[in-house]
Amino acid sequence: MKIDKIVKNFKSIQKGELKPIKPLSVYGLDIIACKNLNKQFMGIKAIDNLTINIPQAQTTGLIGPNGSGKTTLMNILTGMLKPDSGEIRVRDKIRKRIKSHELRKYRIARTFQDGRLIEQLSVEDNLLLPVADNTIFGGLKEVKQDDYKARMEQVLEITSLTEHRHKKAEELSYGLRKLLEIGRLLMQDAEINFFDEPFTGLFPEIVEKVCDIIGGLQKQGKTIVIIEHNMGLIKRLSDHIIVLDHGTLLAEGRPDFVLKNKAVREAYLGV
Amino acid sequence: MEYIINLAILFCIYGMLALSLNMVIGMSGLVSLAQAAFYGIGAYATAIGMTSLGMGFFSSILLGILINAIISLVVGKILARFQYDYYAIVSAGLSVIVFSILLNWKDVTNGALGIYGIGKPAIGSYTFYSNATFLGLIFIFTVAVYLLYMWIDRSSFGRVLKGLREDEKLTQSMGYKTKHYKSIIFVLSATLSGVAGSFFASYIAFIDPSTFQLKEGIFLFTIIIVGGLSSALGSVVGALVLISLPEVLRFIGLPYETAAQLQQIIYGAMLVLMMVFKPQGLFGKYRM
Ligand SMILES: Nc1ncnc2c1ncn2[C@@H]1O[C@H](COP(=O)(O)OP(=O)(O)OP(=O)(O)O)[C@@H](O)[C@H]1O
Ligand SMILES: [Mg+2]
Repeated sequence: MKIDKIVKNFKSIQKGELKPIKPLSVYGLDIIACKNLNKQFMGIKAIDNLTINIPQAQTTGLIGPNGSGKTTLMNILTGMLKPDSGEIRVRDKIRKRIKSHELRKYRIARTFQDGRLIEQLSVEDNLLLPVADNTIFGGLKEVKQDDYKARMEQVLEITSLTEHRHKKAEELSYGLRKLLEIGRLLMQDAEINFFDEPFTGLFPEIVEKVCDIIGGLQKQGKTIVIIEHNMGLIKRLSDHIIVLDHGTLLAEGRPDFVLKNKAVREAYLGV
Repeated sequence: MEYIINLAILFCIYGMLALSLNMVIGMSGLVSLAQAAFYGIGAYATAIGMTSLGMGFFSSILLGILINAIISLVVGKILARFQYDYYAIVSAGLSVIVFSILLNWKDVTNGALGIYGIGKPAIGSYTFYSNATFLGLIFIFTVAVYLLYMWIDRSSFGRVLKGLREDEKLTQSMGYKTKHYKSIIFVLSATLSGVAGSFFASYIAFIDPSTFQLKEGIFLFTIIIVGGLSSALGSVVGALVLISLPEVLRFIGLPYETAAQLQQIIYGAMLVLMMVFKPQGLFGKYRM
């Protein structure tokens, strides 16, 4: 299905023109999903027989209390962790696990909760790293990257990193580091974009900037998954919410519906 | 004059060795102490090729490249299972193994007695007999290795190496099969060190295993630590500083024994001081 068609569908559902049948079919196709997924850390079930679907061209808020397995799920879906069992489906490909070097092929990009940059490389190099030719000889030939340079200028502009472009990542302030990670994700022009707590610890004006960036991706019809504890931001950005608790699915659906749910409020908001 | 030329040739040999080692340790974060082994294999390929097999200098270089490529491919695969300090320790072990083979495989290497009468390079009927012409030739090779380093350093390929030296998993997740990158740079570095070995053998005309011990690998490590990790300029400056040091000590008139002892102490002190105060070295762009 065409992305704009899905978006149109969704818009009309929101306006009440179309009746949702099942929670997921509301959003058209899903693009990435897992089935009976399990992951343990030293006997602790971080992900417990979890089955979820992430709708395509929508923004999914992934929420849940601390330690509920949100990051672990994201790590598995982005090939940073190997699940103990279960299945993962990306588009029509069903896999036991995602291998990290295949992410580019699947058009998946992400940011990290704890910030993961190549510290001793410059802002520019951090931005260029994910987009260069990934064949060996192509990479050797590619001394100038004119194709990517134009996109890099744009990304530097959007993330307000232009004046810091030659600094090493380790020299950046906390806020700029977060922006650099988001810039790196933008460079990849991926179809599926994962954000692990992109707002935590940011000043309000940078929060707004990040919201704008995510808004831009939404306009392009990208699939977005955001882990975030701030319910205001989650409500504002998400089309769909998935709530995890102890590695299991507690609830999912439209934001207003989910956030009113009694079990969710008890487990998560403690009210 | 001959004295200066001799120093310049040594400087070129160590410059090549340092550049190739910096590709592995500095650019890619693979702390290999096995470089003296590849240096030795190159030297022995030329020594045996030119004395027993009747090869010319340049074809003996190719022989060295071939042998080093095969051995380093296997060694690189073994080392790829380790990281950080374990990588260093295992690579040191491999260096010791190669040294023992050079020492004990007497039928081929002539053991501790070494190999005499290694010839000079020749192109057609022209032979590089004089040290000045030899210097000219090795200088061209050294510049070529320097340019190759710069090329890789600026390419996307080099950026991937610099990515994986800090965070291999992350770099992988950007679509690169990092183990191939590590293999290629390791093999390239080994073969280039072998070329330096070929020049060394031809220049000295006599080699024995004692030159290619683990301590030579540590000496090369010291050169790039002092000069600077992940820097072409640092590699050659480091070579210049450490090659000149014994000459300086001799110049100030210390007796030979004292100078030799003092030299080792200064090398050690340099390594320690650099690690403590300037871990990226004089011109380095990376600290471990
Ligand atoms: N690498 C690891 N080793 C051991 N235990 C881990 C590891 N990663 C996560 N865990 C455990 O798995 C559980 C889920 O952790 P996870 O990081 O996925 O939670 P989260 O929902 O992202 O929490 P937060 O909101 O605090 O980021 C926790 O109990 C955590 O302690
Ligand atoms: Mg988390």
